[in-house]
Amino acid sequence: MLIALRDRAFDPYAEISRFQSEIWGPAGKYGATSVFVGTMRDFNEGDIVQNLWLEHYPGMTERELSRIVDEAAQRWSFLEALVIHRVGAIEPSECIVLIAIWSTHRSAALDATRHILEALKHQAPFWKKETLAQGYRWVEKNTSG
Amino acid sequence: MSIRVRYFASLREKMGRTEELISPEDLATVDDLWRAVNEGHPLPENLLCAINMEYADAGTAVHDGDEVAFFPPVTGG
Repeated sequence: MLIALRDRAFDPYAEISRFQSEIWGPAGKYGATSVFVGTMRDFNEGDIVQNLWLEHYPGMTERELSRIVDEAAQRWSFLEALVIHRVGAIEPSECIVLIAIWSTHRSAALDATRHILEALKHQAPFWKKETLAQGYRWVEKNTSG
Repeated sequence: MSIRVRYFASLREKMGRTEELISPEDLATVDDLWRAVNEGHPLPENLLCAINMEYADAGTAVHDGDEVAFFPPVTGG
């Protein structure tokens, strides 16, 4: 299991490939891999967003992510999990969050991925501040899905 | 009694500070702590709080040496 915060842009597909082949990689043991990649849009609520500042609570953010993934692991007993989340200054089209789950069969991977994503969005202490054409705006709530 | 109080995101900007160390005389809960630094106003319902990096409620007890954080709803992912 790898949970990480990154303050620089990362390639989610390269991270998946590296995790699968170098860090973990028991080929033949998993039958399903589910991946969610969250990417920064250049618009929100009708406005053009130039870039994003993602604030977090060092220490608590990592703890919450671990707790969320552990909880999901107990419920779905998947084989491996990779969760990477950006912090700091983010530009449109950059990856904000990557969740990848490996399991024996598809339902555990798919269900755990969705659960971890929703739990992360509602519980992990991250806050988005958008730079608009004129000024800044804190995002007050998540989109409905 | 000494408590480290931290603020994040829009609340940090509204409060005009990142954190403060307070030494209240008589204080039992998170709500008491909030009132002590906000002229007696109760903790707004839309704010979240954590004690020592774990989610807590307005009624959760605070103790000497705790780190208590207040912040708006989270918007990661």
